[in-house]
Amino acid sequence: MASLVGSRVERKEDKKFLTGKGRYTADINITNQTYAVFVRSPHSRAKIQKIDVSKALRADGVVSILTGEEIAKDKIGGLIAGWAIRSQDGSEMKIPANPPLAKEHANFVGEPIAVVIAESLAEAKAAAELVNVDYKVLKGVVNTAEAMNGETIHEGIDKNLCYDWLLGDRKAVEEAFAKADKIIKVDLINNRLVPNAMEPRACVTDYNTASEEITLYTTSQNPHLSRLIMSAFGGVAPENKLRVVAPDVGGGFGSKINVYNEEIVCSWASKKIERPIKWVAERTESFLTDTHARDHVTHAELAVTKDGKFLGFKNETIANLGAYARVFATVTPTYLFGPCATGVYVIPAAYTNVKAVYTNTAPIDAYRGAGRPEATYTIERLVEKAAMELGIDKTELRMRNFPKQFPFKQTLVHTIDSGDYGAGLEKAKKMSDYDGFEARRKKSAANGKLRGIGVSSYFEACGIAPSAAVMSLGCGVGLWESAEVRFNPTGQISIYTGSHSHGQSHDTTFAQIAADELGVPMENIDVIHGDTDKGTFGMGTYGSRSLTVGGIAIVNACRKIVAKGKKVAAKMLEVSENEIDFKNGEFVALKSNKKKTIGEIAFALYLPGSRDSDFKSQLPDGMEPGLIETAFFDPANFSFPAGTHICEVEIDPETGEVKVEKYTAVDDFGRIVNPNIVEGQVHGGIAQGIGQALYENAQYDETGQLVTASYMDYTMPRADNFPEFNLGFTCTPATTNPLGVKGCGEAGAIASPPAVMNAVIDALGGQEISMPATAEKVWRACKSMKKSNYKAA
Amino acid sequence: MQKINLKVNGKSVSKEVPDHTLLSIFLRDHLNLTGTHIGCDTSQCGACVVHVDGKSIKSCSILVADINGSKVTTIEGLAKDGKLHPMQEAFKKKHGLQCGFCTPGMVMSAIDLLQTKKNPNDDEIREWLEGNICRCTGYQNIVEAVKEAASNM
Repeated sequence: MASLVGSRVERKEDKKFLTGKGRYTADINITNQTYAVFVRSPHSRAKIQKIDVSKALRADGVVSILTGEEIAKDKIGGLIAGWAIRSQDGSEMKIPANPPLAKEHANFVGEPIAVVIAESLAEAKAAAELVNVDYKVLKGVVNTAEAMNGETIHEGIDKNLCYDWLLGDRKAVEEAFAKADKIIKVDLINNRLVPNAMEPRACVTDYNTASEEITLYTTSQNPHLSRLIMSAFGGVAPENKLRVVAPDVGGGFGSKINVYNEEIVCSWASKKIERPIKWVAERTESFLTDTHARDHVTHAELAVTKDGKFLGFKNETIANLGAYARVFATVTPTYLFGPCATGVYVIPAAYTNVKAVYTNTAPIDAYRGAGRPEATYTIERLVEKAAMELGIDKTELRMRNFPKQFPFKQTLVHTIDSGDYGAGLEKAKKMSDYDGFEARRKKSAANGKLRGIGVSSYFEACGIAPSAAVMSLGCGVGLWESAEVRFNPTGQISIYTGSHSHGQSHDTTFAQIAADELGVPMENIDVIHGDTDKGTFGMGTYGSRSLTVGGIAIVNACRKIVAKGKKVAAKMLEVSENEIDFKNGEFVALKSNKKKTIGEIAFALYLPGSRDSDFKSQLPDGMEPGLIETAFFDPANFSFPAGTHICEVEIDPETGEVKVEKYTAVDDFGRIVNPNIVEGQVHGGIAQGIGQALYENAQYDETGQLVTASYMDYTMPRADNFPEFNLGFTCTPATTNPLGVKGCGEAGAIASPPAVMNAVIDALGGQEISMPATAEKVWRACKSMKKSNYKAA
Repeated sequence: MQKINLKVNGKSVSKEVPDHTLLSIFLRDHLNLTGTHIGCDTSQCGACVVHVDGKSIKSCSILVADINGSKVTTIEGLAKDGKLHPMQEAFKKKHGLQCGFCTPGMVMSAIDLLQTKKNPNDDEIREWLEGNICRCTGYQNIVEAVKEAASNM
């Protein structure tokens, strides 16, 4: 039987989505359901003096109105930060309380103050207008760079500073800088983004008065984790009385990791009113309240010798957390950022200092790449600028500083198991016709256009994450993953995973893996996830972990199945276990070549009677019947994909419009299970990264109003913004898992922003501009360029 | 209230609905055809595209009362006798979808493109689909799928 791993199998999940049979949370309706609408703060910072619901309560169809007072009375807990980060002085990070309904202070526009529950959505909306909140409006702290000088947002948190974190050795860095021929410096803004999964967040909650169980249908990337948080920290219900179902989920990108206010409030309120409640976000609510992303202000320096050797790296960053610290908020700008900021290079001395600040803006948390796009942008802007200032070809400069050996111990934290960065760069150069660029530049110039080329070589640390490592970094929980492989008596297989697919194609990829392991057709395998009542507790999907952690748990569970099956086969074939070989779904007695299929073994394990003269069991003495195995996989290390992306842009100086002319990506994801799916992940990631570089920006005004809160104002990339991406792969298998796979979900979004910006800045003759490189900004930059510059280029 | 008579996916439907009912809401809430998705509320994202009398339209941007008497086709009405429409087949073959949320609108829009232009090139496809936002695929395999369908339709 040919291996399915590595082949372009069509997706098992497609038919339901293509025929309108997907079942997303907003598609779910429950008899007798009510509708929730949230009253939200219109102010970025205000004291809540009084909430008057009397008029709203008398409105048509209103069932209940609940505020922060009631939720506090019922001792429902707030939202949490999942990772403990220490400041460089040893002090603990400062975390403000984040109640599900704000009671005394509102700290960002959109923060929920009260919930109105009514018989219809229209009635709930109308009544919400009648809730009268008396606010004392305060001056909001909005600007990231200025946050430490603003008024104190949360009592007791001086300078609005959550932590002042340092990774690395300042003294060693200063010594390295003293030896440098040249110091390259950049000041960067990593622009604030909104993840914008196409499915808006939603929840439907249903309390059963007899069983006292709450069922929460929700748009989550990690239903088991949501249940744990809601139970352990929210106190909404004990875990056995809380079922969380994340059915089909329309994209996540990190924005659906968190348990949100609305899910806690509706679950709790459903129990209070003893009726189901449905809440679906409007797009503007999503803009205001989904976790945002990035928003760093960075000053970084690279010390180099005149022949281009990197000596030292400094990174001083202010990271905006928004109004509160959420689940991955504190680790994203620290351990997911700092270690990766030295990039794919041997740099003997480095440090990253991050000051994480609170502001009166939507909370910021993980978004595709989480910390690693910011890191890669920092180092790859520096390297590109260094090449320009040193007069060394940008690919040559990178090549000179790549590690020559693996495992590669990078400067700050990680030991990278495998890679070949030079091979990736060479392949990308060839595929992009890098050497032919100057001719293309001349041709563009002849047409009055500016052409630029940008390179981005990256590695990232994903497959989040090995428990031992992350616990030492301050994570409250180890991030392993679970799998359960269940054979039915007649041979079909159900695989339960604790990870969750919201576009990642688990149904297909995991079936391919298990089909190879068990030697059965993948049509006989169903992958089940997204329901805490089905399968074992698991951690969910984020940080490119589903395959590298969850997939390996499946492999291990399959191998336990085979091990048990072998014992039964040995008895049935009357040989010893070590005389049995398992391949292509058959247990074969080596000497006699007698066989039993895995299906026959499964049948025997459920219905073990065989008849000679009397019925007797075919199972070895003492063996438990049944063929179900569970595995928990906790990886030994992170997963380290890497590669080089090369982008070529053309700018029309008359309009400032940037056109991505060519985009080449060469990635090393180790062994690839399904090339279609991996390419799809890369395409999507690149598109999001180009979106960050050229189009997207979450813009608050000086009072903290989000002025880009709809698709009319926030520029989502469209089909006509992109060329055809040209993808290539290199392969150095991971040594830390039995499949040799590496995470592929985030790489595109990590590598692409600097590739694009380096190309834009190259086209502008080195003139630095910030992301997004909108037509206006680029047009202004073109205006300030000397005409002779681009005529000569 | 308005009495609405439509032919939806080949079946006659008759319902009394409030005047302000959008076609998208009518399909989802009154007919339980939840394959048509609502992604933005400002007629930007295109997840709600259906066909009205054979032409693609964002169903969130029209009152159902305004199309009374029309023929409507939604994503649920494309496959015939269990056989997928060539556009659905092409999306599957070319991995033109990931989370699936934008897919119904994308497929309905793409079919209308091929009704308008038989063999569009990449630029024409990208320009036509400008009104459909996808956050997962980077559009590349969607373009591939439309070309594949064009060669089979």
